[in-house]
Parts: sequence; C-alpha cells; structure tokens
Amino acid sequence: MSRLYLARNPRVAARGLDGEMMIMSGRDSTLFTLNKTATILWQSADGTTPLDEIVEHRICQEFEVEPAEALHDAETLARELARHEILQISEEPIPQTAPALGGSR
Amino acid sequence: MPELTTEVERLSVVIEIGDMPVRVNTTDPHFLDILQDRYSGFISERAERDPEIEFDVDISRATSADPPADVSVTHHQGRWCLQRGDFRAEWNPASRSGSIRQTANPYSIDAVLRIVHTLVLARQGGFLLHSASAIRNGRAFLFAGVSGAGKTTISRLAPPDVTLLTDEISYVRRSSVRERETGYTAFGTPFTGELAKLGENVSAPIAALYLLAQGPENRIDPVAPGEAARSLLANVLFFAEDEELVQSTFHAAFEFVSRVPVSRLTFVPDARVWELIG
Repeated sequence: MSRLYLARNPRVAARGLDGEMMIMSGRDSTLFTLNKTATILWQSADGTTPLDEIVEHRICQEFEVEPAEALHDAETLARELARHEILQISEEPIPQTAPALGGSR
Repeated sequence: MPELTTEVERLSVVIEIGDMPVRVNTTDPHFLDILQDRYSGFISERAERDPEIEFDVDISRATSADPPADVSVTHHQGRWCLQRGDFRAEWNPASRSGSIRQTANPYSIDAVLRIVHTLVLARQGGFLLHSASAIRNGRAFLFAGVSGAGKTTISRLAPPDVTLLTDEISYVRRSSVRERETGYTAFGTPFTGELAKLGENVSAPIAALYLLAQGPENRIDPVAPGEAARSLLANVLFFAEDEELVQSTFHAAFEFVSRVPVSRLTFVPDARVWELIG
C-alpha cells in the first residue's frame, strides 16, 4: 500500500486565531476555516511525515476513532484540501522550497 | 511658415484622500470641472506638497463603455494594469506615475482611485472596507455590512454631534509609530453610497468596528475573534489578482481585529441606536 505525503501550499495565507485556523487562497482570495481534523493535517503537513503517521500520532490521539477509519477519512479530507489548493499531496515526500506565505501565526 | 504644433494647456487638480495626494492631469477643461465638483472637499490646496501619485488622463470619445463589466487588476513587470469596460489605466509605483484612458465622466476615475488606494493601503497594513464610518467625541466608529445591512440607515440617523466620514467605503490606515497606542485611523472619503453625501475630509483613531444587523432592539454583543476576522475579510475591498497583495490584506485584517474591538450592533431604525455609540 502506498503512503501519502502532505505539504502546505506555499501560495496560501494562513493564520490561527482563538483555536480556529483560517486559510486564504492567494489566487482568488477565497477564505476557508478549517475544522479540527483539517487543522491537524495543515499543521502536520511538512512534506515528509506520511499521512498514516499523522493519523496515528495526532488524529487518533485527539479523537477516539479506529485507525483504519481515521486514515480513510483523513485521506478523503486531504484530497479535498488539495482540490482547494490548500495542501499538496503526493505518494513521494514533497520537498519544501518555501514556507507558506505569511506562515501560521 | 506656420506652426506645425500647438501647445495644449495641461490642467491639474490634486485629490487628497486618506492623506494621500493624487495629482490628476488633463487637457480637457470640462473634465477638470467634473473632478472639482465630484471631489469637492477633497481637493488639496497644498500646492507645495508633492503628489504621491500622478495620473495623466486621456479623454476618449468612445461611447461603447460598459461600466458593469468585471474589473481586472493585474501586476506585470512592475506596472499595475487596471481595466474595466469604461476605462483602462496603468500605474507604475516606482515612478509614482500612471495614465488613465476614459470618457469624461466621474465614475471611471472614481473606480481607478478606489483601486489604487487599496493597492497602496495593502502595502501599509490598511484597507478600504464596505462600511459606514463616523467620528464622535474624537474617536472613529466603523459600521460594516453588506448592501442592505444598514450602513446608509445608521449614517442617516446620526445626531448633529457626529461627523460622517462615509456611508459606504471606509478608509482604514494603520497609524504611525507615534500613534501606536491607537493602532488604526479612519479617514473621510468621497466614496458614497445611497446617501450620496460626501464624507468630511477629516480623520480620527478607530475606537470600534461594529458588524451591523437589524433587529427588534438596540444592543451590542461581543463577537468571537474568528468571526470578527471572517466578517472583516468579507467586507474588505479586494481587486487585485495578486497573491502577495491578498496575503498582505489577509494578515492586515487579523492585525486589525487583534487591536480594535469588534462587536455586533443590532439596531432598530431609529436615532436611539446612537445612544450606544461613543
């Protein structure tokens, strides 16, 4: 089974405020508010940690959920975030050339 | 031998909004009259002050203008290109100069000025906001909301001791270092809404931003920081298809809500709402 790697799209702006993570597309200024799981994915998306490890160490620790089910849901969510160009996903580690513009403050 | 060329007189007016003087040059005296009438109260008399931007306006006679067409604002090789059905403008921030081609009307240049001010403000941590704003007791209050939320209504209900800055587009500039305690300043603008009354050309430190809602009673309720940021961003004017600028405005909005109290102002449409403000 192939592993999935996530990286933050450097072309979005991100900011955490009072427990909420907000992302704005630099391309069309669409604003997204991430839920808790999406926030964990965003925060963990370093391009080198595979999704199954993120799920095991972050999501299953945070929520009472079966690992297999959590991985399936996380992959679905990661692909959705990639469709909105918030995350980049790949079956290979993703080299990070630059931090997300503005970073996560 | 007769002269082959004739010298055309260049006419100028300096329009100063948000403490930023913009010189507009034209050879058309009728258009100059239009500008002086449209921006009455915002025409700078300080001739000695260098303009921050200078535009040469080329008046065309085309009649196929389509103002409702989508505006396009793009950045290429150091120049901004602003385009809509009724105008085409270029602006080079490095040389602080640009050109506008439009017919002799006040609406096209008004759009150009709004866009240019958003571009300049974004670099400085400020923005234009869909909101009414007014000064009371030396402090500025902003009333944000989409069309129909009550911006014009609350402006119309303002008592005599209130100075109206705008009923439609507020000008928000990050304050200078000397005013660090305050954080942000609101300026009057000539950008009007339904009230069709120009704001006063004055400024004051911003004391609060109210998100407008109409309801059965007058009340002020707290707003969570995340909602405040989302609501602010929903009302900030965005024009440019430019990632860096979007980033700047995004972070400017978060800085603003971290420094300026944001609340929801529910009001019935009568003057008593102003008892809660100031």
